[in-house]
Amino acid sequence: MEPAEIIQHSGGVIGASWLMIALPLLGAAVLLLGGRKTDKFGHLLGVAMAVASFVVAALAFIQLLGFAPGERRRGVELYDLIPGIAKVGLLVDPLSISFCLLITFVGSLIHIYSIGYMAHDPARRRFFAYLNLFVAAMLVLVLADNYLGLYVGWEGVGLASYLLIGFWQHKPTAATAAKKAFIVNRVGDFGLSIGIFTIFATFHSLSYQGVAEGMAKGGSIPATAIGLLLLLGACGKSAQLPLQSWLLDAMEGPTPVSALIHAATMVTAGVYLVVRSGPIFQATDTAQLVVTIVGVATLLAGAIIGTAKDDIKKALAGSTMSQIGYMMLAAGIGPAGYAFAIAHLITHGFFKADMFLGAGSVMHGMNDEVNMRKYGGLRKVMPITFVTFFIGYLAIIGFPLLSGYFTKDGIIETAMEHNAILGWLAVLGAGITGFYMSRLVFMTFFGKKRWEADAHPHESPAVMTWPLIILSIGAIVLGAFLILGNRFMLFLSPAVGRPEELPSFHPFSTTGLATLALVAVGVVFAWYRYGSAEVPGVAPRGSFLTAFARRDLYGDALNEALLMRPGQWLTRLAVYFDNRGVDGLVNSLAALIGGSSGRLRRIQTGYVRSYALSIFVGAAVLVGAWFVVGNL
Amino acid sequence: MELYVPILVLAVLAAGFAVFSVGIAPFTGPKRWNRAKLDAYECGIEPTPQPVGGGRFPLKYMITAMLFIVFDIEIIFLYPWAVAFDRLGVFGLVEMVLFIVTVLVAYAYVWRRRGLDWD
Amino acid sequence: MNGTIQAPTLEYAQLAPMLVVFGAAIVGVLVEAFAPRYLRSAIHVPITLLSLAGAFALTIWQVVKGVPTKPAAMGAVAVDGPSLFIWGTILVLAFVSVLLINDEDHFVAAAAAVPGSAEEEQALHEGAGHTEVYPLALFAVGGMLLFPASNDLLVMFVALEVMSLPLYLLCGLARRRRLLSQEAAVKYFLLGAFSSAFFLYGTALLYGYAGSIDLAKISAALGVVGGQETLLYIGVAMLGVGLLFKIGAAPFQAWKPDVYQGAPTPITALMASGTLVAAFGALLRVFWVALGGLDWNWSPVLWAVAILTMVVGAILAITQTDIKRMLAYSSIAHGGFLLVGVVATGAAAGQNSKALSAILFYLVAYGFTTVGAFAVVTMVRDAGGEAWHLSRWAGLGKRSPLLAGIFAFFLLAFAGIPLTSGFFGKYAVFQAAVAGGATPLVIVGVVASAVAAFFYVRVIVLMFFSDPAADGPSVVLPSRGTAAVVGVAVLATVFLGVFPQPVLHLAQNAAQSLFIR
Repeated sequence: MEPAEIIQHSGGVIGASWLMIALPLLGAAVLLLGGRKTDKFGHLLGVAMAVASFVVAALAFIQLLGFAPGERRRGVELYDLIPGIAKVGLLVDPLSISFCLLITFVGSLIHIYSIGYMAHDPARRRFFAYLNLFVAAMLVLVLADNYLGLYVGWEGVGLASYLLIGFWQHKPTAATAAKKAFIVNRVGDFGLSIGIFTIFATFHSLSYQGVAEGMAKGGSIPATAIGLLLLLGACGKSAQLPLQSWLLDAMEGPTPVSALIHAATMVTAGVYLVVRSGPIFQATDTAQLVVTIVGVATLLAGAIIGTAKDDIKKALAGSTMSQIGYMMLAAGIGPAGYAFAIAHLITHGFFKADMFLGAGSVMHGMNDEVNMRKYGGLRKVMPITFVTFFIGYLAIIGFPLLSGYFTKDGIIETAMEHNAILGWLAVLGAGITGFYMSRLVFMTFFGKKRWEADAHPHESPAVMTWPLIILSIGAIVLGAFLILGNRFMLFLSPAVGRPEELPSFHPFSTTGLATLALVAVGVVFAWYRYGSAEVPGVAPRGSFLTAFARRDLYGDALNEALLMRPGQWLTRLAVYFDNRGVDGLVNSLAALIGGSSGRLRRIQTGYVRSYALSIFVGAAVLVGAWFVVGNL
Repeated sequence: MELYVPILVLAVLAAGFAVFSVGIAPFTGPKRWNRAKLDAYECGIEPTPQPVGGGRFPLKYMITAMLFIVFDIEIIFLYPWAVAFDRLGVFGLVEMVLFIVTVLVAYAYVWRRRGLDWD
Repeated sequence: MNGTIQAPTLEYAQLAPMLVVFGAAIVGVLVEAFAPRYLRSAIHVPITLLSLAGAFALTIWQVVKGVPTKPAAMGAVAVDGPSLFIWGTILVLAFVSVLLINDEDHFVAAAAAVPGSAEEEQALHEGAGHTEVYPLALFAVGGMLLFPASNDLLVMFVALEVMSLPLYLLCGLARRRRLLSQEAAVKYFLLGAFSSAFFLYGTALLYGYAGSIDLAKISAALGVVGGQETLLYIGVAMLGVGLLFKIGAAPFQAWKPDVYQGAPTPITALMASGTLVAAFGALLRVFWVALGGLDWNWSPVLWAVAILTMVVGAILAITQTDIKRMLAYSSIAHGGFLLVGVVATGAAAGQNSKALSAILFYLVAYGFTTVGAFAVVTMVRDAGGEAWHLSRWAGLGKRSPLLAGIFAFFLLAFAGIPLTSGFFGKYAVFQAAVAGGATPLVIVGVVASAVAAFFYVRVIVLMFFSDPAADGPSVVLPSRGTAAVVGVAVLATVFLGVFPQPVLHLAQNAAQSLFIR
């Protein structure tokens, strides 16, 4: 089914939906330009702007619900940037508003949490400025009604992410991680920009609507090429194979950043891109197949990495990769999977933010220790953190009736129906998830204390625990709310289409039972290894598989071999040719221009008589020329 | 081309006259020298004492001459207006008053800023 | 001797903006005559600013009321869409420039005193200053308003002189480096007078051809009058010399660097923005209204002039070591880019209003950026006044990053980097030129832009990546006026670069009504 027509809209909250972007942008501008004067109230302003943006999003959502389902794609035209080529407009439709609500709601909670988390950081104001900047850029990404706007937002979130990963730039690891994230993303952005160029060359339009119309019209369209190029962009931003390596290092940023950007929102942009470009992907089986393969490969790889990490944030990062792999898989399936992909994206946004913030809360109490081998038995000293974290944990492993159970199961079922191999691999991934998440929880909250001598763990202040509580409530109820009765699929269908036949939810399908069984095995195995047994303070050597996982599946080595070395060779070659050939040409051209400039400037004698002479000669030539041309 | 022949003839005549008058004067005129004749200006401005290498002309003289020209041109406009005054009617009168007032403003400026004082 | 002469009708409402400016200028002269010295400046500034604002309001009022469709003042002045747009532009730019003029002691204490003489010392000691600057600027602005709106050649000539004469004087009033300033004034005056003579001669020849100095009547005579083409061609060429001189098109550009350098910087800002806008307005009107039918004929010549102007401007700018001279050559190059647009307005290109609107937009964009750039120049000073030599600007980015950043931004706008106003100006003009079949010209334009980008970026590199000189110039704290000018210029450059649509739309509306005949 094709997406519905876009109806131009003005007035109301939807007409003013640009405020969603403008408010946090204003906040960022005030905080960055205001300097130290804004130190006192900077964090409060940042929070206020994020919350205000959420209020606008919520009101726009309510107004959108007032329209009939077929009329829920509202275009808001802002202005013509380059007449005939690029209009700046927003598209408020079920897909974008879902993202807006997620970004602004989770974003607001994380802003509030950060007040406590960053309380002792001298650069807290700058941190809130960057957070606001990120929220604005992310909203540009999802609200733009064309690929150019998406690209602007895409680069904007990339910038914000770079600034925030490297926020503690005095740490060399943080600075390196920021650079790595930026460079790896460049590879993806390269694909995205070429993809957008190709789109423009093919359709002579950059708007989603123009592309959809162009696809409907048919003709020779390089859909596969465009699809693969867009996928490359998506892989970069969403940390999918083979561009996944930056995400683990990105954990060097402050934990709220990991929660907001590198778990809940920005990294899902790739999924958004694939879903938004549905008309292109649906026309090409090859590209769709590649998307699903990338998704499955990443979900397994992320899960395996998650099993071996002792750093709590890195384990969670592996899990993020893995969960986004699920979303990619669903997004690659087509209209049948879109709703599950986005629903899982939303529930994941809640429970993963919940767990990251929980991890932050743990670190807050443990002197910023991240090694889980030095935790243990924390459930008693930080009960709220433990309970909320545990809810997130149950949600992610797909414990019945919690969020993840509904959304992840939906993806697995759809994948099974689409392709049995992919489906069983996804089930396997769920089993591994059960293992590594249990490992993480057991090592952190259960077992004996393995604390450092100077650790005095304590519960975090209310400003940090309340966001955790709210997020965990979302982690409990959202899945059932979205999936039961196909509520979300029907809501989303005007924007992304829907399958002919609506799926129905079977609590006791074969696939579902198999998944649960495998997860249970994973949990029990984890309990046997890490819950009941002693956890050594230093990581044992382990088998070569463990080493494999610890080294991020040799992702960096692979990158080095596949991208860096050839890249270096290429640059060396290019430099050689540049020096010999291009530079020779350019330099001689520059010398020519410079030389002629040096010679020509001697005309400028400074004598008014010679100026007059040049005018006179010029006039004579002009008269002559006119005469000659006129009499031709 | 015939169109330009009269102009050409006029140009030749004018040039010829100029060259002839300047050229003939030294030969025909009486040569009786005196001091006043050697001075540059007939208005009484002393060209000396002069600094070495030409030096500067006194500005005062220039200013007076230019002011004279400005008000001289005013007369040129006034004259035809006076001749056709009755036919131009009120419009002509108003315009001419505006014109004179404008020039008067310039005059007031010159006067107040001591442009008319010789020293 | 019977019968009365029909009194001419004058549409005062249409002429009101000019009348306000000229009236204020005359009041300014009276202030000079009767107000005591210590009060003059305090009286002049509000009068000047208010009259410019009032004239702007009157211009807007006319646009709101409906653009006139017939020439005013017995066909002498055409207040049409383009005129009104240009008036608005000039008035805003003049307002901004006056803020700059008002800033500080840019002007000489006693212009008549010999530089370095005892009289000058005394005048400086007394705190004298030439407040005549304000009425002179107003007269010049009045001329700028009349110049592009005049619908016959004699009125245009008068406007040209009214515009130029005060500027000649203003050029010579720099407080520091007085000899350079006086030299600039004399050069500008001599060459300006020379070019005016060409203009007047062209007018006379065209009158000989068409029997009228009215632009529309000249246009009507084209092709009808037979056997007099010689008069026509020479006349058009002479007229062209006069107009191209004011624009600073090659080979009539020689005055520009010397004059821009020598003139007091606020006056340079006024000339680089207001005069350029007015001159382009007049050039467009003459070539559009009077010579539109002669397109096949003036186009090739303009092609050559445009190419030469772009090349000379861009190439000569490279070896400049003086910031003001560099900006002057940049102004020449931009004049060349604008001429590309002028070519596209020709009949061969279907006299499209698109090219016209593109030029109008470009003029607005360039005007604001250039005023801002010169405003920055006034703020970078050392012991001897403004620091013009580029070597003195080295490392400015380290000492005052904000100012250097702003200047870099202006330079990028000159270079035409996207998201600045310069990009859309160039884009619109070049696009119109391509649509008008002048693709080779656009290629030259793009190459020249690339060369030009080199010397803009070179200054940026110099400011940010060179070590500051030990005794480098200091940046003076801007007065409120200068700060406002820089602020307005930055905002305009950003706004036009990000939201070009409103002004582009306005320019299109103005161009739609075309020049009336």
